[in-house]
Amino acid sequence: MKNMVQHVCIGFVLLFLYAPILILVVYSFTDATMLGAIGGFSFHNYETLFTTEELLGMIKGTLLLAFGVAALSTLLGTIGAIGAFYSKSGTRKIIELANQVPVVNADVVTGFSICILMIALFQVRKETFIPLVIGQTALCAPFVYLSVLPRLKQMDQQLYEAALDLGCTPMKALIKVTIPQIVPGIASGFMTAITLSLDDYFIATYTKPATFDTISTYVVNATRGSQTDIKTALWALSTLIFVAVVGIVVIMNLKNKKCRGRSGK
Amino acid sequence: MREVRFSRKQLALPYALFLLLFVILPLLVVIKYAFTDAEGQISFYNFIRFFQSSKTIGTLLYSLVVAVLTTVGCLLLAYPVAYILAKGAYVKKHTFLMLFVLPMWINFTLRITALKEILTLLEGNLALHPFLNTIICMIYDFLPFMILPLYNSLSKLDNSLMEAAADLGAKNSQIFLRVVLPLSVPGIISGITMVFLPSMTNYVVLDMVYNSTYIIGSLIGSYFSSYDWHNGSVVSIILLLIICAITWVSNRFAGGEQERKAGVSF
Repeated sequence: MKNMVQHVCIGFVLLFLYAPILILVVYSFTDATMLGAIGGFSFHNYETLFTTEELLGMIKGTLLLAFGVAALSTLLGTIGAIGAFYSKSGTRKIIELANQVPVVNADVVTGFSICILMIALFQVRKETFIPLVIGQTALCAPFVYLSVLPRLKQMDQQLYEAALDLGCTPMKALIKVTIPQIVPGIASGFMTAITLSLDDYFIATYTKPATFDTISTYVVNATRGSQTDIKTALWALSTLIFVAVVGIVVIMNLKNKKCRGRSGK
Repeated sequence: MREVRFSRKQLALPYALFLLLFVILPLLVVIKYAFTDAEGQISFYNFIRFFQSSKTIGTLLYSLVVAVLTTVGCLLLAYPVAYILAKGAYVKKHTFLMLFVLPMWINFTLRITALKEILTLLEGNLALHPFLNTIICMIYDFLPFMILPLYNSLSKLDNSLMEAAADLGAKNSQIFLRVVLPLSVPGIISGITMVFLPSMTNYVVLDMVYNSTYIIGSLIGSYFSSYDWHNGSVVSIILLLIICAITWVSNRFAGGEQERKAGVSF
């Protein structure tokens, strides 16, 4: 009886979370233009998705932006975390406080403030993509910092000194000793940065060039329009993203299990 | 190759500079715009107007109502789930937790589009219940962010405390109210911080379900599109103050332990 209640509760919330996505997945393979309508099996939506220049460009642009921003954020955040970790505690506290701002701040405020900084103070045009990249990096780098820092704390501090004593240059010791020990933190920071950039609407909408769209800004504009073809092609896009996310999560978990199994022995 | 000599703390320099330029400086610019008028004179008029206009105060109150309802809704749905996952009969806790947080990684506009289609199917026309639909979509969007911190806090809870309470004669309801609930307060607080603020500012959800009422985030959007940076900055400052208050409260009660948005380790 008690277990029954538990199953019902878990099942209900899972249904709430997944029913919309899964129904959309099913409908993406039909030629129906709205839910509830009955349509035959068809790859039409996927064809539209992969042949419409506008959609393809938007997807490529979003991915390119996400990887670029994630790479830049990972570089900045990692170097920043290493530097801050070995700085005096006063300096470190100031950096940590500033680092916390984009993390707790509303994205609307982050986007808005970066935009007026860029336009009013630096007079950088949005068409250069600089405001967009900087804006998203300002959001993502602090998360990389936060995921690298705990790894630095866990690290054996004497190894770096030992490397220097044995004749390594600081640069070489950093690359060969410090970085390998914090790689898990860097990797999860990179993944977080990618998901943040892919999910971002607010910073993009305030800082992007008028002719460029990310998935988020595109979808929001598309829901205002009434182009059925685009609407159903977005169902196909949702399906692909859903499958990709499930795939990545499964792979990551299997990998983690392997690692845990190995270190457990 | 020439040898580069540096100490590790010098590595903090580029990042500190980056934070100064693109995190601190934007805030200063916003403060400057909020406290000046169109001629560049220092003035508090922008703030006075915000608090005197019934329209902006109404928007602020409306967003508080939306945020409170969303947060309470998330909490009511998430707490049982987190509790069952942490303490219930499920063996593969980690896999189930993954199922609940996985939607976090799917673009939120696409998820809302999916939910919108379902709601259209059920209601016929979304415009009939704009407020209800807004709350449902917000809860749908933010639920994983509530489940995760609650689960983390509940799974750390020592089972022997509950057993001890039971041995000493507490009823199930008493165990929950006097042992489990108080000990999960840090999780509740950090869940609230992750849901409350975004639901005050995420005006895209309202836009997508044809709710034409403004929340505080939409004010920034509309001031921005009319190039009214002074009033947009005022709203930003007010939001920043609310954020400071929330952060202060959560640091006080959650003991500095905070989950971050998207801060799940893979």
